[in-house]
Amino acid sequence: MNKTMLSTLQTPLQKQRVGMKTWKKCLLTLAASLAFGTVHAADVNTTGLAVTDTTVKVGILHSVTGTMSISETGSVQAEKMAIEQINAMGGVLGRKIEYIQEDGASDWPTFAEKSKKLLVNDKVAAVFGCWTSASRKAVLPIFEQYNGMLYYPTFYEGLEQSPNVIYTGQEATQQIIAGIDWVTKTKGAKSFYLLGSDYIWPRTSNKIARKHIEKLGLKVVGEEYYPLGHTQFNSVINKIKLNKPDVIYAIVVGGSNVAFYKQLKAAGIDMTKEKPLVLTISVTEDEILGIGGENMVGAYAAMKYFQSLPNENNKKFVADFKAMYGKDIVIGDVTQAAYLGPWLWKAAVEKAGSFDIDKVRAASPGIELTTAPEGYVKVHPNHHLWSKTRVGHARADGQYDVVFETKELIEPDPFPKGYQ
Amino acid sequence: MFAEYSTSELLSIFAMQGVAGLILFSVFVLMALGLAIIFGQMGVINMAHGEFMILGAYVTYLTSNVFSTYLPDLFSIYFILAMILAFLVAGALGAFVEWAMIRHLYHRPLDTLLATWGLSLILQQTYRTVFGPREVGVTLPDWLMGSYQLTETIELPINGLFVMCLALGISLAVALLMYRSRWGIQVRAVVQNRPMAGAVGINTGKVDRVTFALGCGIAGVAGSAFTMIGSTGPTSGQLYIVDTFLVVVFGGASSLIGTIASAFSISQAQSTMEFFMSGSMSKVLTLLFVVLILMLRPQGLFTLKVRR
Repeated sequence: MNKTMLSTLQTPLQKQRVGMKTWKKCLLTLAASLAFGTVHAADVNTTGLAVTDTTVKVGILHSVTGTMSISETGSVQAEKMAIEQINAMGGVLGRKIEYIQEDGASDWPTFAEKSKKLLVNDKVAAVFGCWTSASRKAVLPIFEQYNGMLYYPTFYEGLEQSPNVIYTGQEATQQIIAGIDWVTKTKGAKSFYLLGSDYIWPRTSNKIARKHIEKLGLKVVGEEYYPLGHTQFNSVINKIKLNKPDVIYAIVVGGSNVAFYKQLKAAGIDMTKEKPLVLTISVTEDEILGIGGENMVGAYAAMKYFQSLPNENNKKFVADFKAMYGKDIVIGDVTQAAYLGPWLWKAAVEKAGSFDIDKVRAASPGIELTTAPEGYVKVHPNHHLWSKTRVGHARADGQYDVVFETKELIEPDPFPKGYQ
Repeated sequence: MFAEYSTSELLSIFAMQGVAGLILFSVFVLMALGLAIIFGQMGVINMAHGEFMILGAYVTYLTSNVFSTYLPDLFSIYFILAMILAFLVAGALGAFVEWAMIRHLYHRPLDTLLATWGLSLILQQTYRTVFGPREVGVTLPDWLMGSYQLTETIELPINGLFVMCLALGISLAVALLMYRSRWGIQVRAVVQNRPMAGAVGINTGKVDRVTFALGCGIAGVAGSAFTMIGSTGPTSGQLYIVDTFLVVVFGGASSLIGTIASAFSISQAQSTMEFFMSGSMSKVLTLLFVVLILMLRPQGLFTLKVRR
């Protein structure tokens, strides 16, 4: 039902407009830029966005105060760095990016209010922001009403596809299925214990995980949810000991994460022995800072990005990030996804030859980044990214060793059939 | 659910589950003691209690950093020192807050609620500015990590045992202070009748300040101990505050025995139910059970008989 509703949002009209007009415009702007050296603001901006001949305004909307600032700080840093690098290369269509940063303050109505301010008062050409699904859901109607463009960085539960959002993180199937396949094939896992914090992302993800595990003919021996912020896991750890699963599949978030892994270790479950093995999709290098590497060593995580990825793009990215924010900084999966946002936007604007939201949207599918730290990525027509799934093995120093990587890019599938 | 297990396996699981319940009980006692002292003896609802706990946790974090950089040989004992420091720092801040803010609001209980809530926001943002918004990891000395193998199948978490001993020690110390010391007599006199206590020469202002500082100091120690089992971040205090209030209110605000009894019943109910059903469901049932009992007994489990 969701799918039909949302696909009607992306109207056939928009798709048609892509065809003729954009190409004409492209040629025109190309001709204009050849003739006058630079493109006049009116040509690349027909809808009154905050674009001058030398600058373009964008918005950054994350929580830098309140409980979510733990997670969102990295995204803000990555987005600012991307913007700075783009400006150093000459900006977008010859215009320097100026950002207006607003604080969502970990409060969803505040996110909605600030996004309205960015779109209506500041007339920004794009917004990079939001972290939790709740904050994205809060701003979504506003982006759709005022036709803004949001670049959303977090891995999330899927089941959404808005014409006004580009999702630079993984939707659930991209993170889950390859991870479970890997653990069954290489580790011979037969039984799973699913554990999560009690809200939409862990529940949807575990639902997909359970379907997939059962499709493989394997067993889920337990499924448990704990309220956000829960700090006592001794009972569930005993239950896990009683059920003796091969794999603990953990999607615990926030402060609970720290409590869970510390108590797991204290209860005598040594994750390096892999009996049971711990596989998580919610602990990035950022979270390990709080948990402590010595409490996390031996666990596996399924993500699309790890700071230790050995490719050249990533080496440069990590070096730049450390040069900007200090040598002790760590980079998690979402931070990297947030870094892609401004670059994907730049590529789409340049392909469209215009800052107009409709043209950028039309130009977005098919945009490729060969310079992404995670490697090559490509925007799918459903506004998510093609990306690889990787499995990392936690070291005591808080970093992951990449032990597995899917051969192919995985197609994003926000409405997976047979998994709902 | 138990059909396929041998008796010895079941026995050891139940033993570990019993210990898990006792650990939760100790955690609740540690969380609630400081608040109970302040709420019970002074009638001040300290909404910043969680932030005082996190102050203790940050003191522990700093101490561990200092030790690992300058005194690596003594790292194994830093935790004891950190707890003492946490007590002193949180207590000192408590005394200052009482002097600067609380004492002006004694006749306006609702305003203390607002004022301390404001204080909690100020403290949270201060931690965020000083230590950054990310959580910090506190490294524990080796002897506090891992588990103690009692029999082949029974493993007891060492940090849990440590928390149990600490809760017991602090409860005893507070009980001695309250019922066997001169200061305790003064506190109880002030609670029962403030003007009369003043008339017989007790400096009620000073008693209030020391009580508030003591409550905050104990919160600091609790926060320090919780670095072993939980997270340390600017807003981590919020994770504990609801449970803390639950324990104190359920126990009857002005009774230490009540606090301990209520911590015991809530923790046992919760940890038993968590074993048989999902975590969220057991929380719901625990809260329902508390609400029901409070409807029947609005004053809480235990009350002090005071002529008003």
